[in-house]
Amino acid sequence: MQPFVTVEGAAAPFLLPNLDTDVIMPKTFLKGIDRAGLDRGVFNLLRFGAGGAPEPDFILNRPGYEEARFLVVGPNFGCGSSREHAVWGLAQLGIRALIGTSFAGIFDDNCRNNGLLTISLDPAVVARIAAVVAQPETNRLHIDLPAEVVTLAATGEAAAFEIEPLRKEALLRGLDAVGTTLAEADAIRAFEVRHRAENPWLA
Amino acid sequence: MAGPRTLYDKIVDAHTVRALDDKGRVLLYVDRTILNEYTSPQAFSGLRERGCKVWNPAAALMVVDHVNPTTPRRTADMPDAGAARQAAYFAQNARDFGIELIDVLDPRQGIEHVVAPEQGLVLPGMVVAAGDSHTTSYAALGALGFGIGTSDIEHYLATQTLVYRRLKTMRITLHGVPGLGVTAKDMVMEVIRRIGADGAVGHAVEFDGPALSALSVEERMTLANMIVEAGARGAVMTPDTKVFRYIEGRPRAPRGPLWDRALAAWTVLTSDPGARFDRSFALDVGEVAPMVTWGTSPDQAAPVAGRVPAPEAEGDAARRCAAERALAYMDLRPGTPLDAIPISHAFIGSCTNARIEDLRDAARVLAGRTVAPGVRAIVVPGSTAVRAQAEAEGVAEIFRQAGFEWRQSGCSMCLAMNDDVLAPGDRCASSTNRNFEGRQGAGARTHLMSPAMVAAAAVTGRITDVRRLAAPARKPEPCSLS
Ligand code: SF4
Repeated sequence: MQPFVTVEGAAAPFLLPNLDTDVIMPKTFLKGIDRAGLDRGVFNLLRFGAGGAPEPDFILNRPGYEEARFLVVGPNFGCGSSREHAVWGLAQLGIRALIGTSFAGIFDDNCRNNGLLTISLDPAVVARIAAVVAQPETNRLHIDLPAEVVTLAATGEAAAFEIEPLRKEALLRGLDAVGTTLAEADAIRAFEVRHRAENPWLA
Repeated sequence: MAGPRTLYDKIVDAHTVRALDDKGRVLLYVDRTILNEYTSPQAFSGLRERGCKVWNPAAALMVVDHVNPTTPRRTADMPDAGAARQAAYFAQNARDFGIELIDVLDPRQGIEHVVAPEQGLVLPGMVVAAGDSHTTSYAALGALGFGIGTSDIEHYLATQTLVYRRLKTMRITLHGVPGLGVTAKDMVMEVIRRIGADGAVGHAVEFDGPALSALSVEERMTLANMIVEAGARGAVMTPDTKVFRYIEGRPRAPRGPLWDRALAAWTVLTSDPGARFDRSFALDVGEVAPMVTWGTSPDQAAPVAGRVPAPEAEGDAARRCAAERALAYMDLRPGTPLDAIPISHAFIGSCTNARIEDLRDAARVLAGRTVAPGVRAIVVPGSTAVRAQAEAEGVAEIFRQAGFEWRQSGCSMCLAMNDDVLAPGDRCASSTNRNFEGRQGAGARTHLMSPAMVAAAAVTGRITDVRRLAAPARKPEPCSLS
């Protein structure tokens, strides 16, 4: 996993509430057995027209936003299907962090497992950030994970955010959760023996 | 832990290997998973790269359901190359990692959330996490169920655990007596409409109340299944004698003395009196009418007697904008009566509403009636076992005589990953759970409703209040078949 420490780049506002993972990654991109080519799938039906040409009006196709590293999003972003393809695609597109008021649970966990930072802030703060980055000239953000601060590069306005210490540590170091947990195999085995003794019908 | 506890907390406590911090992160032991062919391949590839085995292959079940065709004649052929590759890799993973596979030709095949309870794989008090958001369905059996992504499937397969964060709790109490024609689907759609598509985000939902007790286990599955559309990150329900009766004798259920021991343990699975929930919501199901969605989010719904709402009625700017966008996508005008909306397709299927009781409900409406001209009507049973039962009961014949296509089992047009895809502009009355943009096909329009409501729409050709279709138009033909 790519570590996240400080990242600077353009942020694209996309504020629709309850944006679901069917829209983020349409089903036609779910037929693989690997993770290849999912960058093309992100918002595919919105980003590209019928012939495959970019839709000029879509935010990620507008001048100044093609290389966006961050999305500023509406409440409950990533709701619906558990498909992690949505997060793989966003990461492949170069998106490193999402800033919003709330994130859907499975999607948020998928972000955690792929080194994407999700930042939850008060609606007024998200609205302010969205308003400033809506202009291409002022769309740069600086995110400092160790300090837990996001800064609007153009105005210098800064907002503090909170992140769980464990999640922060994993992001900073690019830690792999499976490797970390496998180090606890003995504890899991001991638990399992007890759990099966108490619930013998589970064995 | 001192003090009264919720059922959710009891299940989490009983599965905590150890606390990982003082903020609610725990290493959570997971009892079971069910794997499907489209969210699992990369997890198995990850295990291969690590050179890692599956911790307990017997605790998993693999079911092909999302990409298989549902054409009336059962075939293992996958016309789509991607689907064929997924199915082949799935079978290879089952072999290489020693996990039981239910493939397309297996008489137990079906949608994973229908199959797992049928097989007795899900038992009260369990934690079941699976690579599909509707894993919340298992709350109906007294288990804590929740969906996970592919990375967490890999984590589960390698370690039998998840790095889990304890959720806040929300109690949803159902009381009152439902009116005629009102189903569990209508109840959960009304809950979602009232609390919003993000109304339960970050929460584990416990359903309770006398109106819940009155529901069958299958109806409870519909509730638990669809509460994820309000953002619930997990769900639980107290298991009762209906649940125990449902489970007893199923292939993977305990037997003999083990059954008695299990029963004794299961009967104490309930929230303590006075247990504190972070949030509570109550619904008088007597106030619920048959529901229909008009938009592209499951909370954009209304009673069928209502009208398409005006976006200006929405509280904040973002929701107004979302409603405007939804109406444009759905090609609907504010003020249009919902029951004046013509449909081109009717679909009965999905893990929300394709169990035997759902099919019987629809068949009661369809008996002696026929699908309206110009409507293509499809029924896809939730499992091959449900299909067989419906054939034995004569329910299948009612569907066929009404003009429905009687299909094999799978997810089919619920997410349209197989060849059952709507064309742009098609409008479908659907017993499924998601009306997202493009869900049933790019540019296709979905109206969610109960199976009986889909049947009513199919025979009239437009969205219809099922309560207005009184007795069948003519006596149903007897179901004696060659
Ligand atoms: S029926 Fe639909 S919601 Fe259920 S598992 Fe299949 S695709 Fe998902």
